Amino acid sequence: MFIYDILVSPFAEFAFMRRALVGVCGLALGAAPVGVLLTLRRMSLMGDAMAHAILPGAAVGYLVSGLSLFAMTTGGLIAGFVVALTAGALARATELKEDASLAALFLVSLALGVVIVSARGNSVDLLHFLFGNVLALDNETLVLIGAVATVSLLTVALIWRPLVLESVDAGFLRSVSRSGGPAHISFLALVALNLVGGFQALGTLLAVGIMILPAVISRFWSRDLTVMTVSAAVTGIASGYCGLLMSYHAGLPAGSAIILFAGVVYCASVLFGPCGGLLRGLVSRRHLEA
Amino acid sequence: MRRGLAALVVAAVVVLATISAAPAQAAGTGDKLTVVASFSILRDWVANVGGDRVAVSVLVGPGADAHVYAPPPRDAKIVGAAGLIVVNGFGFEGWMDRLVQASATRAPVIVASAGIVPMPPSYPALGAKASRPHLEQAGETPALPREGRGDRFGNAAAGIDPHAWQSVRNAEVYVSNIRDGLMRADPQGRATYEANAAAYIQELARLDADIRRAVATIPPARRKAITTHDAFGYFAADYGIAFVAAQGVSTETEASARDVARIIRAIREQNIPALFFENAVDPRLVKRIAAETGARIGGTLFSDALTASPGPAATYLDMMRHNIREIVDALR
Repeated sequence: MFIYDILVSPFAEFAFMRRALVGVCGLALGAAPVGVLLTLRRMSLMGDAMAHAILPGAAVGYLVSGLSLFAMTTGGLIAGFVVALTAGALARATELKEDASLAALFLVSLALGVVIVSARGNSVDLLHFLFGNVLALDNETLVLIGAVATVSLLTVALIWRPLVLESVDAGFLRSVSRSGGPAHISFLALVALNLVGGFQALGTLLAVGIMILPAVISRFWSRDLTVMTVSAAVTGIASGYCGLLMSYHAGLPAGSAIILFAGVVYCASVLFGPCGGLLRGLVSRRHLEA
Repeated sequence: MRRGLAALVVAAVVVLATISAAPAQAAGTGDKLTVVASFSILRDWVANVGGDRVAVSVLVGPGADAHVYAPPPRDAKIVGAAGLIVVNGFGFEGWMDRLVQASATRAPVIVASAGIVPMPPSYPALGAKASRPHLEQAGETPALPREGRGDRFGNAAAGIDPHAWQSVRNAEVYVSNIRDGLMRADPQGRATYEANAAAYIQELARLDADIRRAVATIPPARRKAITTHDAFGYFAADYGIAFVAAQGVSTETEASARDVARIIRAIREQNIPALFFENAVDPRLVKRIAAETGARIGGTLFSDALTASPGPAATYLDMMRHNIREIVDALR
């Protein structure tokens, strides 16, 4: 009974806790493969860049129709798409690496957004308004999260092979197929979709965190991409569940509690992970010495 | 090249001279007295008491949040040119101390809440009878809550609810302090300030009576509500309406699942009939709580700032009348 009170009754008693759990699960499912592929492509910091890149779109949405969540999300999504796709296209067409062109574009985008916001002369914090809270999920937001997860899982299934191949050996893929470009571009669009949807529903920290942290964690436990993706999704969902419980029992802000829990798992994985963890490294070195 | 540099130096000297001459000019008795108010409600009161004799400007304008305000350099210039500065105190304008120092102004600073006994920030437990803040005589020095804490403007930081103007009784103290400050800064205007303040205090008394009459129309069991911001503690204590806050005193903290669960439980157990938005807070959380409990969502209550001039709360009197109308509509 005691265990029931701690683990189950918060979700049984309060609908907002159930909704938060469903939202986090949806996000974790959709974001897991995207996160794993992002870390594989050394683009783990893209999420934070995107959080700033969407500002001009949100600002234009705000100028057109005031503090409307729909207009601002649509604007943010368009800005996110433009930045992500331009960065991808530039990386393919020029010598600049993808992360470098993304960094340049998101800075320009952020500056443009600040200019647009200031033009209105209003000190409303647009991003603060745009970024949601996991404890305040309404029906539309849940549908949005579900739709994003569905689209992203289906698309990833479709472009999985060329994408993985390109991440590992782009030259080889180019020599056997021309699917690298389209796959790359649709993957970037997918990242933007997941992030902007996540920002609107759950806030920046949670949206970026639940995409990247489980992916990084899974890297310490397996070298098989499929196993990594599945374990990233499971880690994300488990972090969501435990983080929400921590927020409920200890009174921590919900988004931060979820990410903190994932952070604890990350520390444990760094220490004890069988694939490249610290302890493992010590043990095998000693083995070699002997 | 050298001539250009010389011209630049001359220009700089001229600009500096103009700036440093400005306060003396502004404080002069022949001209209007320049008063700077820290936020919109104080501005309204200064304008009412000062009438034609003062030119009042405001730092945190209508609709802006004074809790998280970051003063631009322009503000240092305004404060530097002021003949009198009016602040709320109680830690409401945490940025004011440094701004006054940075502007190197010699203008006197009036702490308009001086003499009001501050309340702690949390609301009394639901159903508990709140103790009324008793008023002390308005003195010349700011009333610090505890000795040794806070800076020279009564900025006591934590432990104090700064929204003392939400009580109309306190508003009388504010207006009296502003009147006294104006009379000290501009002794010739004494008669005007006294007459204006007396007339305004009569308005306040009428407002107070109206609010009490309005509250009386709400059945006693329904005199409780939820807000998203701890701003109505003084109002609650004065008029016997219990408020539970959905978040802490400042708007920047994020609610935890425990806070939300506690509020939902309180609404269910105490049958709280309504929730109110505050005009600076993300409304999604309030909507979720309303959907989960069936409580009614009331209109917007204004607490920390007036609205721009054609608006529902362009003056203090309008703001309080608007708020009580919304409260009665939602609770009755």
